[in-house]
Amino acid sequence: MPTLSDVKVGQKCVVSKLTGEGAIKRRIMDMGVTKNTEVLVHKVAPLGDPIEVTIRGYELSLRKDEARCVEVKDIAKA
Amino acid sequence: MADTFYIALAGNPNCGKTTLFNELTGSNGYVGNWPGVTVEKKQAEWKKDKDVTLVDLPGIYSLSPYSPEEVVSRDYLVNDRPDAVIDLLDVTNIERNLYLTTQVLETGRPVAIGLNMCDLLKERGDVIDTKQLSKMLGVPVVEVSALHNKNLDELLKKAVELGKKGVAAKGPKCFSPEVEDALQKIQKIIANSVPEDLGRWYAIKVFERDADALGELALTKEQLDASEEIIAKVEKDRDDDSESIITSDRYDWIATVMDACVKKAPKKLTTSQKIDRIVTNRVLGLPIFIAIMILVYYIAIGTVGTNATDWVNDNLFSDGFFVNSTSETQYNKDQKAYDSQHYSDKIDGFLAAAKKKGISTSKVEAAVSDGDISSADKKLLKSFEAKAEAKGVVATNVPEHDGDGNLTYNGGKLVTKLDKDGNPVLKSGQKLDTISKVTLADFKKAVSTPAPDQHDYSGFVDSIPNAVTGWLTNAGASDVVISLVVDGVIGGVGSVLGFIPQIFVLFVLLCFLEDCGYMSRVAFVMDRVFRRFGLSGKSFIPMIVSSGCGVPGVLSTKTIENERDRRMTAMLTTMIPCSAKLPIIALVMGVLVGADNGAWWVAPMFYFLGIVAIIVSAVMLKKTKPFQGEPVPFVMELPDYHFPSIRSWALHIWERVSAYVKKAGTIIFAAAVGIWFLSNFGIASWQGGSGSFGYLQGMAGAPDTYMDYSILAGIGGALSFIFMPLGFGNWQATASTISALIAKENLVSTFGVLYGLGSATENSVTMWQGFANMFTIAGTLHVGAMCAFVAFNMLCAPCFAAMGTIRRQMDDPKWFWFAIGYECGFGWVVGLLINQFYELFVFGSFGFWTVVAFAFLAAILFQLFRPMPKWDEKDEHILGSLAEEPVA
Repeated sequence: MPTLSDVKVGQKCVVSKLTGEGAIKRRIMDMGVTKNTEVLVHKVAPLGDPIEVTIRGYELSLRKDEARCVEVKDIAKA
Repeated sequence: MADTFYIALAGNPNCGKTTLFNELTGSNGYVGNWPGVTVEKKQAEWKKDKDVTLVDLPGIYSLSPYSPEEVVSRDYLVNDRPDAVIDLLDVTNIERNLYLTTQVLETGRPVAIGLNMCDLLKERGDVIDTKQLSKMLGVPVVEVSALHNKNLDELLKKAVELGKKGVAAKGPKCFSPEVEDALQKIQKIIANSVPEDLGRWYAIKVFERDADALGELALTKEQLDASEEIIAKVEKDRDDDSESIITSDRYDWIATVMDACVKKAPKKLTTSQKIDRIVTNRVLGLPIFIAIMILVYYIAIGTVGTNATDWVNDNLFSDGFFVNSTSETQYNKDQKAYDSQHYSDKIDGFLAAAKKKGISTSKVEAAVSDGDISSADKKLLKSFEAKAEAKGVVATNVPEHDGDGNLTYNGGKLVTKLDKDGNPVLKSGQKLDTISKVTLADFKKAVSTPAPDQHDYSGFVDSIPNAVTGWLTNAGASDVVISLVVDGVIGGVGSVLGFIPQIFVLFVLLCFLEDCGYMSRVAFVMDRVFRRFGLSGKSFIPMIVSSGCGVPGVLSTKTIENERDRRMTAMLTTMIPCSAKLPIIALVMGVLVGADNGAWWVAPMFYFLGIVAIIVSAVMLKKTKPFQGEPVPFVMELPDYHFPSIRSWALHIWERVSAYVKKAGTIIFAAAVGIWFLSNFGIASWQGGSGSFGYLQGMAGAPDTYMDYSILAGIGGALSFIFMPLGFGNWQATASTISALIAKENLVSTFGVLYGLGSATENSVTMWQGFANMFTIAGTLHVGAMCAFVAFNMLCAPCFAAMGTIRRQMDDPKWFWFAIGYECGFGWVVGLLINQFYELFVFGSFGFWTVVAFAFLAAILFQLFRPMPKWDEKDEHILGSLAEEPVA
């Protein structure tokens, strides 16, 4: 199953499941990354990590480690 | 009703909450921390009705039990029961903002909702149906603009009105039918155990298995088992855990609200996105960041800030200043002319020559040295001059000294080598600068020519200590009182006030970066580097600032949003050498390499030591329990850029600066007076002393080195054994380390007093010599011990001003003492390593402490390289099952 960290800049995808637990999982969900939400990977930081995504109409940044907790499907060019 | 009416202000970070708070209150309120955490707590009265108090909750995205910000917010809403709540939404981000709203509505409080930044929304072309939104949420919704102070009073009035009526928000039925059904059942089960208006809130918490919330309830085993059964069934049907179900359902409901209330215009690239394309660009991101940091450093530390602070310190608190530039030029000219005559060298030389001819000079020396010649002095001088004339005294080849009291050669070059007796060591071709001949006439002229006095020039304003000394002397105050007021109180308070200009300049810049939205980009750009050391990307800013002064450095940790990073940074940032530590570095440089040319690498070495110390400490501490806990997600929003309103920017700065003065000021004041007492009081046990306890300088026959007899010297002696293994176990080193706590540059001046060097500075060769002597045993300079001493003073507890700031920042005695204790302990270990390894490798001495040093080194390496220890990974906040743990 691909995760959000595998999605390249300029691609969009749909969240299928959240793995991980505790604070990280809750925080990711609280920020609106829930099942069936569309996410667009917008840019990568100068040092390659974290990444910035567009979700629910705003910009969210998260580390690649955290992006690995988000399983995604339907990866496509935006 | 005279009772205070409390209104809580809730909302996401960057939704304009602080601007709203400031507009409504003028922000003359209380700024502190929430108990036990370093999260900021602000509360203030409404400008228009003093009975209404607004409490600004920290900006949060959710009421989850994970971050301290979220915990204090929900504890306040649920346990402290404010009379009403204002929930402010940033409508440009309404979908995510509504998520918090759904939770706030469940806390059973009267809620009024403010839609902020509607003007921006209109620009974008989006339309919100406020009426429909109000209907769906079940509470009043008011369109406001915090930036332009539009409708804010209406919003607050609405909240007060709701609160007075006591209409609690019900919370929308936002979950899917099977969850709503389950919640109702749970609500019935726990009905007896919870307050009525919190029934739904707690039902949801039980459904989420939120341990923190359940702990307060003390539900029975039957209640828990019955609830668990209901939850498990829903989880099975939905194939998801209950916490995720609640979250997704909230967002799904919000999506329906969005469809019903918001019409979105087709998307265009916003200005903010355009700026971000450049600022966080993969190629340009880092250079832009570095450029901004250099600019902040240059303005706050390099130029404006430091100049302003130096001006205050040098003028207001030390020498006084001119308001009239012509007389200032005149004074400088006169002073230069006076210096070029080397009058004091002439006097010294002539007196020495007279002494050789058998004339007693000690009384005359005393008479001319204080610069004030009384009639009795005149008599003395006359008889001396007569004797000198009779014996035909003429001094020849009198050595000249420069302003720092150093000898010079070949027309002004500094003599850097002295032998044991203080005589210059010169190479061939170097000729000491001397005055070839001093006659009696020269002596008379030197004695009678007064040094130019600033007070005699027009437009001179005296410094505060001088002026106060003058007043007190005129008022007939005793020396003790004058010393207490001038050296203790004004010295202590001055050290606080002196920093204000710099702190002000710094916060003008930092508050701008914070308010305009760049700060969160800093975290985005730098996260990768700092995360390795367990610090935040934003830790970079306090460290840069600390190279100027640790006080604003610690204060600027406020911008770090994660509490653990914030604490760690506040603890470690003062290990960077600040400008007050530079004189100490200059001293070592003087001893090691003599003149300052060619040894440019010594000072950077100490910065390097500071950086390494921070990295090593951060990596070690990261693996300890207090800094471990749950992993901290970085997940954060990058807010839109916007130019902050001047008013809220100014208030933000004022808030930071005034908080520093209030909190840091009191502790520094007390500590400074304490050290003053310790170093000025003691037992007069010198030869001919009365042997009684008292104010040393005021007692008969007190020598220049009076501090030798002070309580401080006693404490220094008692504590010096601690520093024995570091190679500087003498009481002078210990005493000056203690007095350096007032301000690090005091280390040098205390040395001067302890060794009777008078006004020698860190640039004086005699001071280098005295400093080197302290580490010279049997004729060999122990460089290791000296470096250990300096390293300890660089890394140990910072000055009181910085400690006061750490105390304020931590707002928890436990953490404060942990920070200070760690700094001192780490400094001690580093000192031990330097000294013992130097001794071992250079002198080949091996002993007990060498073994200890190796043990410490091994322990540090172990802690550095061992893998992250696995602490108890069980989630303490959300239970796996309600049956899992008996809830007390």
